[in-house]
Amino acid sequence: MSDTRDVIIVGSGPAGLTAAIYAARANLRPLVIEGQPSSTSDQPGGQLMLTSDIENFPGFVESQAGPQLMTNMRDQASRFGAEYLTTKVEKVDFSSRPFRLWAPDPASGETVLHQAKAVIVATGARSLMLGLPAEERLLSRGVSTCATCDGFFFRGQHIAVIGGGDSALEEAIFLTKFGETVTVVHRRKELRASKIMQDRAFKNPKIRFVWDSVVTDIAGSDKVEGLHLRNVVTGEESFLAVSGVFVAIGHVPNTDVFRGQLDMDDNGYLVTAPGSTATNVSGVFAAGDVADHTYRQAVTAAGTGCMAAIDAERWLEATTN
Amino acid sequence: MEWSGADRGCSLGRHAHARATKGKIDVALTLTDSTFDEEIKAAAEPVLVDFWAEWCGPCKMLAPILEEIAAENAGKLTVAKINVDDNLDLARRFEILSIPTMVLFKDGEPQLRIVGAKGKNQLLQEIQPYL
Repeated sequence: MSDTRDVIIVGSGPAGLTAAIYAARANLRPLVIEGQPSSTSDQPGGQLMLTSDIENFPGFVESQAGPQLMTNMRDQASRFGAEYLTTKVEKVDFSSRPFRLWAPDPASGETVLHQAKAVIVATGARSLMLGLPAEERLLSRGVSTCATCDGFFFRGQHIAVIGGGDSALEEAIFLTKFGETVTVVHRRKELRASKIMQDRAFKNPKIRFVWDSVVTDIAGSDKVEGLHLRNVVTGEESFLAVSGVFVAIGHVPNTDVFRGQLDMDDNGYLVTAPGSTATNVSGVFAAGDVADHTYRQAVTAAGTGCMAAIDAERWLEATTN
Repeated sequence: MEWSGADRGCSLGRHAHARATKGKIDVALTLTDSTFDEEIKAAAEPVLVDFWAEWCGPCKMLAPILEEIAAENAGKLTVAKINVDDNLDLARRFEILSIPTMVLFKDGEPQLRIVGAKGKNQLLQEIQPYL
């Protein structure tokens, strides 16, 4: 059993860690339950742990490696007294105060109860997978969720990237450092990605596009050999021989654990009051991608993380006085 | 997850080298293309080999956990690291297509393969049967 914290922050991407910096500087001694190490985007440090070059975070003239930026944020919050717990919250009860959160002890695995007067939810979003049976079987055998981790192993080979947004093109451009060719498979004829990324991708001689197509199966028994594709307009089936497949088809918010506790929209994103980070439960705040399907940027996550810490601080002042 | 304390990084057997870097104690043994076979063969205790690289975010999350596991299992387990950037031959030989990948060797033979970063408790559960 633990004492009751002023603030517990759940999640440790740019939103969670910025909230931690602000809350720590306000002497709230925040505990950050930072998540469980994994090789997906749902891990301590969040999605940026899988990002190679960040070029649009203000204050850095040169591009920054995602893991470095996140390590810096973590150390920065530490410097002001934020504490970390490397585990994942498995259950919460926000129906009464203090709020209660349960998470396994990182070493023993035994469930531990944590209590807080205020909670900041910053659990972010994770990458969607294709959902094909072959995908799971071939994960880390050619199917990858992390271009920055695994691109290296596909030097001189043919690679496919599935998706048409910024993350897909970022991965495709990054993978041209290694691959002989990088084929972007997109289910529509137009990309969702930003203009600058599109220009870069179209200009890159190693990148080619397969439009209007979806992956119906991944071939290979113990290593990826290629993709079975179907053109959704013509119905035509084709085969693309590749040894690496990188999936970047979108995100889902990490909100399963808050179901029934916090208001969500139809896609599972947390709903906050306009111009604030307040959720429907007074004293629980949400920041970053977990409540944002529109902007989804490191800097907007950091911005709402800051808002959440200030909102929590003011709420604590108001309720304790 | 970081820890310090100069008295904790010792007695990992004759293969381990405690090495202080930037105030942290690195208890993991570094293996290379040229030292791997000899070290694995000579190891008296199981060796958990971590294939990693500087540019891999999940590898960085995993590193302090492996350091803890190494320190807490001194005498029962050696933790070794292979930088795939510098040791591509070993990465190819063990068909590494994703990092971090950990391979547990016992009596010189690979016994277990763990792909992807995981929490300490999960790792310990997977490793325990081989200790």
